[in-house]
Amino acid sequence: MIGSVLRAENLHLWRTERHVLKGVDLRVCGGELLQLTGVNGAGKTTLLRALCGLNHLEEGRVFWNEHDVCEDLEGFHASLVYLGHEPPLKPDLSGIENLGFWTGMRRRISRAAINDALIRTGGGEFATRPVRTLSAGQKRRVALAGLLLAAVPLWLLDEPTTNLDSSGQELVAMLLEAHLDAGGLAIAAVHHGLGIAASRLRELNLSA
Amino acid sequence: MIATLPTEMTPPLRAARLVIARDLMLAFRRPDQLVQPLAFFVMVTALFPLSISPERATLRAVAPGVLWVAALLAALLALDFLFRDDAQDGTLEQFALSGQSLTWLLLGKTGAHWLLTGVPLSVMAPLMGYTLGVPVSASVGIMLTVALGSLALSFIGSIGAALTLGARRGGVLLSILILPLAVPILIFGSRATELAIRGEAYLAPMELLGAIVVLSFTLAPLAAAAAVRISLE
Repeated sequence: MIGSVLRAENLHLWRTERHVLKGVDLRVCGGELLQLTGVNGAGKTTLLRALCGLNHLEEGRVFWNEHDVCEDLEGFHASLVYLGHEPPLKPDLSGIENLGFWTGMRRRISRAAINDALIRTGGGEFATRPVRTLSAGQKRRVALAGLLLAAVPLWLLDEPTTNLDSSGQELVAMLLEAHLDAGGLAIAAVHHGLGIAASRLRELNLSA
Repeated sequence: MIATLPTEMTPPLRAARLVIARDLMLAFRRPDQLVQPLAFFVMVTALFPLSISPERATLRAVAPGVLWVAALLAALLALDFLFRDDAQDGTLEQFALSGQSLTWLLLGKTGAHWLLTGVPLSVMAPLMGYTLGVPVSASVGIMLTVALGSLALSFIGSIGAALTLGARRGGVLLSILILPLAVPILIFGSRATELAIRGEAYLAPMELLGAIVVLSFTLAPLAAAAAVRISLE
């Protein structure tokens, strides 16, 4: 994953009558975090979803390692994880079962690896309980373990620290640092800084 | 390939199997969705002898129609659940971003849906047929036709279920979309059941049902995947 680059040029997107993305350009390289900031409704989530192809762009192109992602969308998806507002966990399955399913979709995974990831995100104690019985912050910790297990170079995070206590927010910063150290890249929509060293941080303000 | 992947990707068939296993596990943890169509089917077929006539010959004459209409409506009722939960909790979104082909994953989901509704219905159909005066010798024929017909209906219905994901009350719309496409299944299905009850060869209408299954199996998951992609916007 060394040297991965995500580049987007001149992204335009309309939501019915509203011009949400007005010619957004961005470039993120391996080892960098791009923070998307802006007031509510500025289009942070829309931009994240447009980058991974969930929202249809009216104009503009996205390049992954200098290849247009439209050429091989599934290959591009195999190298990214998108974590939205709500972690996609089934309430009737336990954290471990949920993670086993989502990671199994990508690659073979052992139970021990799932446990290790859960311990790293502080989810080891409650991972065997049905997700329906967990608090919002606990769910988020389980979802963060899924992020580690996916082992992909590109993380797209929408408000990754929502519902987390202060130790959880430090955890997100730590996981991000480790991800960037390993050459990964990340784009995060945030309202507060994530506590990442300024040298590897870029910022894009969508309200400006 | 655009990216160098850390490990080999899960093959699509295995991913589809994972989806089936997960859906079965979920259904057994929360069996209400499993029981609802079955209870509907039993209630409707059990009411007919009370409302028409308890006479065996009359009941036996209407049995194929009663069984098939009830099975069709029960299966339609269940179709509404096919993608709804997964759309609400973001599972479909993650399916679309998993790097797997969405078509295969939806094929898995539809297969699981058939195992959870079509198979129980086809087991229940000869039992309810028995209460309508159908001879036990027709059981295998009824089971096969209902199983095949409900499989075709699951596939065709997956298109409708995916198309109505964006609609707030999709249930009625779904029925309107799917019913015309379900009519051939009803015609051939009840014909095969009628022949089976009379003890005659029912292979010809079964083959036509089989043809509908093959057609819907090959085309429906592609259409459903396209419809799900649109609904994610």
